[in-house]
Amino acid sequence: MDLLSIRRVFRSGFINFWRNGFVSFASVMMMTFTLFVIGLAMFTGVILNSTLQEFRDKADMNVYFTTDAPETRIADIKTSLEALPQVEQVEYISRDEALAQFRERHQNDQLTLQALDELGDNPLGAVLNVKAREITQYDSIANFLQGQDALASGTPQIIDKINYYDQQHRDAIDRLAQITDSATWIGLVIIAIFVLITIAISFNTLRLTIYSSRDEIQVMRLVGADKTYIRAPFMVEGVLYGLVAAGITLLLFYPLSWWLGSSTQNFFGGVNVFYYYLSHFLVFFGIIAGSGIVLGAVASLLAVRRYLKI
Amino acid sequence: MIYYDRVSKIYADSSVALDDVSFSVEPGEFISIVGHSGAGKTTLVKMLLAEEKPSSGSVFFESVNVHDVPSRRINDLRRKIGTVFQDFRLLPQKTAYENVAFAMEAAGRSEEEIASDVPHVLDLVDLTEKANNFPDELSGGEQQRVAIARAIVNQPDVIVADEPTGNLDPVNTFEVVQILKKINDLGTTIILTTHNKGVIDSLKKRVVTLDRGKVIRDDREGKYIL
Repeated sequence: MDLLSIRRVFRSGFINFWRNGFVSFASVMMMTFTLFVIGLAMFTGVILNSTLQEFRDKADMNVYFTTDAPETRIADIKTSLEALPQVEQVEYISRDEALAQFRERHQNDQLTLQALDELGDNPLGAVLNVKAREITQYDSIANFLQGQDALASGTPQIIDKINYYDQQHRDAIDRLAQITDSATWIGLVIIAIFVLITIAISFNTLRLTIYSSRDEIQVMRLVGADKTYIRAPFMVEGVLYGLVAAGITLLLFYPLSWWLGSSTQNFFGGVNVFYYYLSHFLVFFGIIAGSGIVLGAVASLLAVRRYLKI
Repeated sequence: MIYYDRVSKIYADSSVALDDVSFSVEPGEFISIVGHSGAGKTTLVKMLLAEEKPSSGSVFFESVNVHDVPSRRINDLRRKIGTVFQDFRLLPQKTAYENVAFAMEAAGRSEEEIASDVPHVLDLVDLTEKANNFPDELSGGEQQRVAIARAIVNQPDVIVADEPTGNLDPVNTFEVVQILKKINDLGTTIILTTHNKGVIDSLKKRVVTLDRGKVIRDDREGKYIL
């Protein structure tokens, strides 16, 4: 196809889009719905994933030291912990910080604070907060710590107690993970079905649009236009539907994600969908506009094919 | 120029549309094909345009068997034949001007040619003032004149007019026939199918009469006799 034909194809695609008025409107609305569902699927995936991640992140281990444990030995333990491949991060909370945190946690509880003041001395030991890479690795880290402590023979043991997600906690988290996993899975299946249905409806809307042009297509054939020249403007029109629908969808997601942002963040924890949308706008744009273009072009192509057989 | 060689068409339900039809059309001729509805007039026309295949026999256009032309070359053939139909078959989303221009665009003609030829043929069918109207804003006669303008704009060797006056009143019928005669005088071959007695009798041109799929008369200067 030469440049002149390409220009004519685009021009007539645009003109058809404009003159078909209501039909174009209906097709664009249908496509918008499809793309909206695809976008929702993306958001849902993000929320579910980040929620699960949140659950996993909350699992950690606190190593409480005795009040008289020397800081140098705690630092030694910290260094050896950090050397472990299972450990992702170790945070040291000194006695004073532990006390400050305690006071803050109980700031509304005068009785406890008074009791604390009565004591005069800081009853809290230093704490090491450990994060493992995998939730299953806490057992081995705990064993390692107990071994370390016991090995330091002659000196009094400095680890008071180790609090971590043991089997019981892990079971709870595993169950949550399972629930979120199957929720993700079921959600994805439902969304996939939704997407398929809406794609089918968009497809049919476009087919109806082109069905109303079937006489035209026949006339074009009889006037001697070749198949590509007939087909191309319909594809341009279909792609335009897709692009306009993508534009509307992306615009709709802006206030919607803003509105959803705060409430979902409070409910699920993790990401704020609004900021996620803004920061990943190019991804959303690519997937939604891409889906729109492909859907429009392919649907038009398939629909026109039926009427080109003369 | 056009030669129907023992053409028969039998449809799947074994109804016979054409039965062993043979005749030829010379360049520059104005030939009318007459007959009752269902006599096979439209089938004859569709075969020339390769819209339908004969069950037996062949149709030649400029010594080429129309039904041996591969489907991607059919466009070239159709561009040499201008067609006018009873139901006009204009593109409803395009103005009169654009309808005519479309036939030129489809033939790959340049913008300059389109800009100079389209007003010219619209003038020929006396529609200059309605160039920017859409088909539903035009009367039946005007629509048919747009269709004729579209048919002639690529300067085809032959114009096939299939019942072009079937939907028109006597005044418009007369106008359309006058335009066809004018085009014929300019050298284009015309094949006209009709069952309008008045049109045939006033033309005083060659008439081929079909009845139940057979050619029953072929008169050099014929009248409508059935």
